[in-house]
Amino acid sequence: MRDRLNHSLRRLPTWVIYLLGALPAPWLFYQGLTGGLGVEPIKALEHEYGKLALQLLVLGLAVTPLRKYVGLNLLKFRRALGLLCFFYVCCHLAVWLVLDVQLPGQIWADIVKRPYVTIGMAGFVLLLPLALTSNNRSIRWLGRSWRKLHRAVYAAGLLGALHYVILVKGFQFEPVIYLALIVGLLLLRLPFDRLSAFLRPLRQRA
Amino acid sequence: GLGLSALAGGAQAEQALEPNSWEDVTTYCNFYEFGTGKGDPAANAHQMTTTPWSVKIDGLVDRPGDYDFQEILSEMTLEERIYRFRCVEAWSMVVPWTGFELADLLAMAGVQSNAKYVAFETLYRPDEMPGTAYRVLDWPYREGLRLDEAMHPLTLMATGIFGKDLPNQNGAPLRLVVPWKYGFKSIKSIVRITLTDQEPPTSWNMSNAREYGFYSNVNPEVSHPRWSQATERRIGGGLFAKRQPTEMFNGYGDEVASLYSGMDLAKSF
Repeated sequence: MRDRLNHSLRRLPTWVIYLLGALPAPWLFYQGLTGGLGVEPIKALEHEYGKLALQLLVLGLAVTPLRKYVGLNLLKFRRALGLLCFFYVCCHLAVWLVLDVQLPGQIWADIVKRPYVTIGMAGFVLLLPLALTSNNRSIRWLGRSWRKLHRAVYAAGLLGALHYVILVKGFQFEPVIYLALIVGLLLLRLPFDRLSAFLRPLRQRA
Repeated sequence: GLGLSALAGGAQAEQALEPNSWEDVTTYCNFYEFGTGKGDPAANAHQMTTTPWSVKIDGLVDRPGDYDFQEILSEMTLEERIYRFRCVEAWSMVVPWTGFELADLLAMAGVQSNAKYVAFETLYRPDEMPGTAYRVLDWPYREGLRLDEAMHPLTLMATGIFGKDLPNQNGAPLRLVVPWKYGFKSIKSIVRITLTDQEPPTSWNMSNAREYGFYSNVNPEVSHPRWSQATERRIGGGLFAKRQPTEMFNGYGDEVASLYSGMDLAKSF
């Protein structure tokens, strides 16, 4: 079953992921224009784009653990997931800048004064070099440092989730779920095998 | 009375207020007992039973007791008031309310001379309110006013919108409307009104005192720690709606500014 799934995934071209992943952007915009997002479409569109970015980030972070613990190989699609995530971060940011805040003077004030905006912006800035180097030439050119650089996505993920948690009023569950998922997926990257190998002699002695 | 109704409209008479649509007012709501999404109250509030309904009026009053909603209605004179409504989240609406002045209801119970504040409580019925399964706030929802604010002729107890009974998601059957304060002060589905001599605890202030003060008067100069209050967006303007400047006391300064003379509104926010 798993092998068959891996086999069919190998045959799935990545452009399908790009296409399916990008489609919600114009679709949601159209919904916003025509009343499908309710009577306050600006905030709704901003939130939908932001949530899609977080969902794609979670998927991207799940690729390695899925391969390691489940044997499901989605490696081929990781770049697409990452770039789509960045695309939705850009959409989210554009809606905030152009449709929501509107006043250029207010934008910088918000970035400096409002922690949730500062944190969100920091996440965006971290993702920027990752998006720019997500091509084969950069991977070759950067060699080993490419992998190091791209670990910045861990921090970006945490910042993105935190951005959502501190943005809402009162204690709400949905943003906490994203934070928990991202923290969980990062924890799964800890070298448990090495850790338990290290702990084994200690345990035997005790 | 009619004179006061004129007062309510007075300041805005020149720029006659154009109410939002029924859809705007009834589908975009904050009523966290039914969920934190703006559409959740419209989707879930039908579960709330509003008949029979009674309001307990207690504390420093001459005639404490459980007042049946229909009984209250039979004593009150209903009138329409078109008010601006400004949410602390920096959006706004214009709502045509039907209701009576809170002062008239308080007079019915007889306010004692040592009363200084009025505390309000929303219905808390977990089996009819799916949102209360989560401790977003410390239920029941509570609000409060200083007595002079409560007695002000602009302060309304609403029982309807657009000439119809209040839909559940808008706080049926009886809610407060204080047009110069952020919307969360206008507590919904009231089951208890208590006159006290001490400032009562209020839900959002209990949840985050740094962000939500007891007064919570609309004030473009005092920003919420997480966003500016200088501008607002009228609901219903679509994807390209422009922001507009927020007015001090939501435009009701002529009527209410004197209530706060001598107070530092940046401190008592």
